[in-house]
Amino acid sequence: MFRGFFVKTISFVGYTVQYGCIAHCAFEYIGEFVSCSGPSMEPTITNHDVVFSERASRHLCRIQKGDIVIAKSPFDPKMNICKRVMGLEGDKVCTSGPSDIFKTHTYVPRGHVWLEGDNLRNSTDSRSYGPIPYALIQGRVCLKMWPPHNFGILAESPNDGRIL
Amino acid sequence: MAQTGFGRRYFKAFVSGFFVAVPVTVTVLDRLAYVARVEGASMQPSLNPDGESSPDVVLLNRWSVRNYQVHRGDIVSVLSQNPLLTLGYKNRYVRVPDGHLWIEGDHHGHSFDSNTFGPVSRGLVHGRASHIIWPPSRWQRIEPSVPPERRPLLNWDGATEDGYDD
Repeated sequence: MFRGFFVKTISFVGYTVQYGCIAHCAFEYIGEFVSCSGPSMEPTITNHDVVFSERASRHLCRIQKGDIVIAKSPFDPKMNICKRVMGLEGDKVCTSGPSDIFKTHTYVPRGHVWLEGDNLRNSTDSRSYGPIPYALIQGRVCLKMWPPHNFGILAESPNDGRIL
Repeated sequence: MAQTGFGRRYFKAFVSGFFVAVPVTVTVLDRLAYVARVEGASMQPSLNPDGESSPDVVLLNRWSVRNYQVHRGDIVSVLSQNPLLTLGYKNRYVRVPDGHLWIEGDHHGHSFDSNTFGPVSRGLVHGRASHIIWPPSRWQRIEPSVPPERRPLLNWDGATEDGYDD
């Protein structure tokens, strides 16, 4: 009787470990669902939206200008930030605001990216803390899942004029 | 007939074994630990004291950095971050920003480290070197240690560390 119980427990543990590892591989190499909070990406992504972020682009270094990415915050690695890539390494980016008279520019260093929120007025991004290392990017947001009436691919940047 | 049956059974066993072995191995390497050979002289004399002729192999512990908790004196591996620019610091003293780390190789002058590319974001820490596992004569746990002349001058709690002369 105990032997049957023992065998069942071992087999249960084995399956749990196996499916746990498969789940880890799926979240790490395929993609995951992310719930976004904050106003910095309005109107593209609003508070409490759920998006799907895929990992393949990040592992294969195929993140491009205009992509919305999820990245680890440079100041607190346990927090994630969701912003749009406005400049890759070597690009010239505009550091002044849309309402400034004198435009200032800077170049994105190698191995880094320049992130900006779509809601320029209400976003803390590379304009405040500078470019962030590419390796902090976790995934590329490719689909909005919730709310259902907004399901689908995400819009292009409303600030196209800032991409140089 | 019997051979086809055997082939199919073998194939099924292989596929089901594959779907166990690959995810488990990948998860162990991602979450627990992996091993790496130390190259170069930047961490002499702690690592690779005999140079390239007999490189150390270390165990890089990923579990202990899952919360990005590292301590002064730990040896860590970080994800590659190409140099921002070569920073020749005009000031002798630099404050490390929130959520960042200052990393240095033990072998001053032979090390491509924070003295070149500045402080490193904590999120880039990949693993902590916890043990030397090869060669067997150098089996040991790696203890955190900061050379006395490289201790920080001040930490944010306000306590002053031992001063040092540069």
